[in-house]
Amino acid sequence: MIVQALAFYLFAAIVVASAVMVIASRNPVHSVLFLILAFFNAAGLFVLLGAEFLAMILVVVYVGAVAVLFLFVVMMLDVNIAELRQGFLQYLPVGGLIGLILLVELGMVVGAWAISPEAGASARLPIPPPDQITNTEALGLVLYDDYVYLFQIAGLILLVAMIGAIVLTLRQREGVRRQSIARQVARPRSEAIEVKDVTSGSGV
Amino acid sequence: MSTSLASDLAAAAPELFLAGSAIVLLMIGVFQGDGASRSIMRLSVSALVVALLLVIFPLAGDGLYFNQLFIKDAYGSFMKLLVLIGAPLTILMGWRFIERERMDRLELPVLLLFATLGMLLMISANDLISLYVGLELQSLSLYVAAAIRRDSLRASEAGLKYFLLGALSSGMLLYGLSMVYGFAGTTGFTDLAAAFAQGAAAGEAVSVGLIVGLVFVAAGIAFKISAVPFHMWTPDVYEGAPTAITAFFAVAPKLAAMALFVRVLMGPFGELAGQWQQIVVFISIASMALGAFAAIAQSNIKRLMAYSSIGNVGYALVGLSAGTEEGIRGVIIFMTIYLAMTLGTFACILAMRINERSVEAIDDLRGLSKTHPLMAAALAIFMFSLAGIPPLAGFFGKFYVFLAAVDAGLYTLAVIGVLTSVVGAYYYLRIVKLMYFDEPAEVLDKPIGREVGVVMGLSAGAILLFFLVPGVVVDGAEAAAYALFAG
Repeated sequence: MIVQALAFYLFAAIVVASAVMVIASRNPVHSVLFLILAFFNAAGLFVLLGAEFLAMILVVVYVGAVAVLFLFVVMMLDVNIAELRQGFLQYLPVGGLIGLILLVELGMVVGAWAISPEAGASARLPIPPPDQITNTEALGLVLYDDYVYLFQIAGLILLVAMIGAIVLTLRQREGVRRQSIARQVARPRSEAIEVKDVTSGSGV
Repeated sequence: MSTSLASDLAAAAPELFLAGSAIVLLMIGVFQGDGASRSIMRLSVSALVVALLLVIFPLAGDGLYFNQLFIKDAYGSFMKLLVLIGAPLTILMGWRFIERERMDRLELPVLLLFATLGMLLMISANDLISLYVGLELQSLSLYVAAAIRRDSLRASEAGLKYFLLGALSSGMLLYGLSMVYGFAGTTGFTDLAAAFAQGAAAGEAVSVGLIVGLVFVAAGIAFKISAVPFHMWTPDVYEGAPTAITAFFAVAPKLAAMALFVRVLMGPFGELAGQWQQIVVFISIASMALGAFAAIAQSNIKRLMAYSSIGNVGYALVGLSAGTEEGIRGVIIFMTIYLAMTLGTFACILAMRINERSVEAIDDLRGLSKTHPLMAAALAIFMFSLAGIPPLAGFFGKFYVFLAAVDAGLYTLAVIGVLTSVVGAYYYLRIVKLMYFDEPAEVLDKPIGREVGVVMGLSAGAILLFFLVPGVVVDGAEAAAYALFAG
């Protein structure tokens, strides 16, 4: 029990600290790296909760894809952090207000549990109960058995999105010189080199 | 309630076949390059025809499949039949145009195949989630098709407009669906209908959140059928998109979205008819009025057809607002006849070319009767039919929906419908006047390809001869409407 509590506080402290560093650090690349650290520790928290599937998805999707994409964008676009910070005070009231609203909403959710404990019990429980089946298996049963029809259509939608993106953006430009390694390698010496007899005093 | 995978797959055979063939065609295209686009077009049309045959000769009985996500019934089969007649014909007749405009990319037929697949899934939806994914598959493919001519400013603008407004409507639809799920606790149409029936039997008032959800769902689908006040995108998209693509837009997606609207309102929300009836009556009146008055000032025939389609959606909604089996039968008959009229009219628009260039102005039709008597006669038939002049089919389409409205006691709605249809007759008949009584300005080229002529002839024949054998359509529509109410 004590080990779990220690692990929880360790992960939670690192998540909060790195989240602060994401907005506090001066270098945008450092911000993204702190974000990745926050993701990893949040994944640790999920493991502590017994939600190992969510933890792995967080690492695979957020760290593997989203954060790396962020990193690419940050490195490719020359973001001037000083310029971005200029409006900080100006947007602070609005940002603070949104933060406050989120805090109140969170309070209401937790408050509802505290006020009427039976509300939590009436929420739909995963079927079958979580102690009989791992949550990866439970999700798989729902996704590939009950909703396989929707899963397949979602796949088709993604395929159409991919075709659409290619159809609308790929252009075959003319006059582009492409490197053909096979042709380069296959070139005989006679084609590549020409020996010229240059008389001294005159150019080629 | 069948649960075995084999019967699920058999029930969705047309959809599965379309999905499989679209992927295979894409692979063929990858290896053959753009030069093979004509054969890919032919293959995708044949895939649609095979799917049509699979709908006519089903491999499984009616019922709920895929864990109640998918419904197969006589109503769905009839609407699928219409979609699968409309889609291949529009692709076939538009292909020469597409080749001439140099937009014969091999992805285009594949995208249209996916769009048609989305329509079939919409028609068969028996769950809020399957409704949404079907709708999204259809819309996404059509956004790309609208913008496929990247070099044309107008086509790109049309594609972008369509995409933005479509995304907005999807957002509204999703919001509505989430509200319905939140307040009803289920997404299945069958469960929703049962829950509402139970609530009504117990005398409970319908919760406000549910009504808000219902309004948003109705607004989202009204966008897709381009009913007023959600019609703004239609004229611009119809005008901007290449004519062959516009023809596709005007026929099959309209049918599918209307089929979906009817199923959603009559199926799960059937008990709440009192709540949605006012909405449908309002959008019906607004669509009929705007369709009639705004079209008068148009000089571009594609824009004119856009307003005409808005008006026609209004007439179809008259039948839906009656909310009776008779009304639904009226909607189905109206949409069937609308399919024939729109197909024929767009075949004529596709044939409008002067000196190898497509023209779209109504004035270009001046004196068509002297230069192209057959085409002028066909177009005159379509215009008379759209105006609703007996004994052409268009008259019967309107007759059945107005009859249902009168029987349901919606006299005002029926009277407004008849009045707007008189106003609408003005601009339809103006085209006939231009063709028959004005001197030709410039001579149109000979119509390209046999396909356009064949479609023109077929639809003109169907409209002319409908009154001799109305039973074919009316009986089918009756069985379809009955299935919707029995289930």
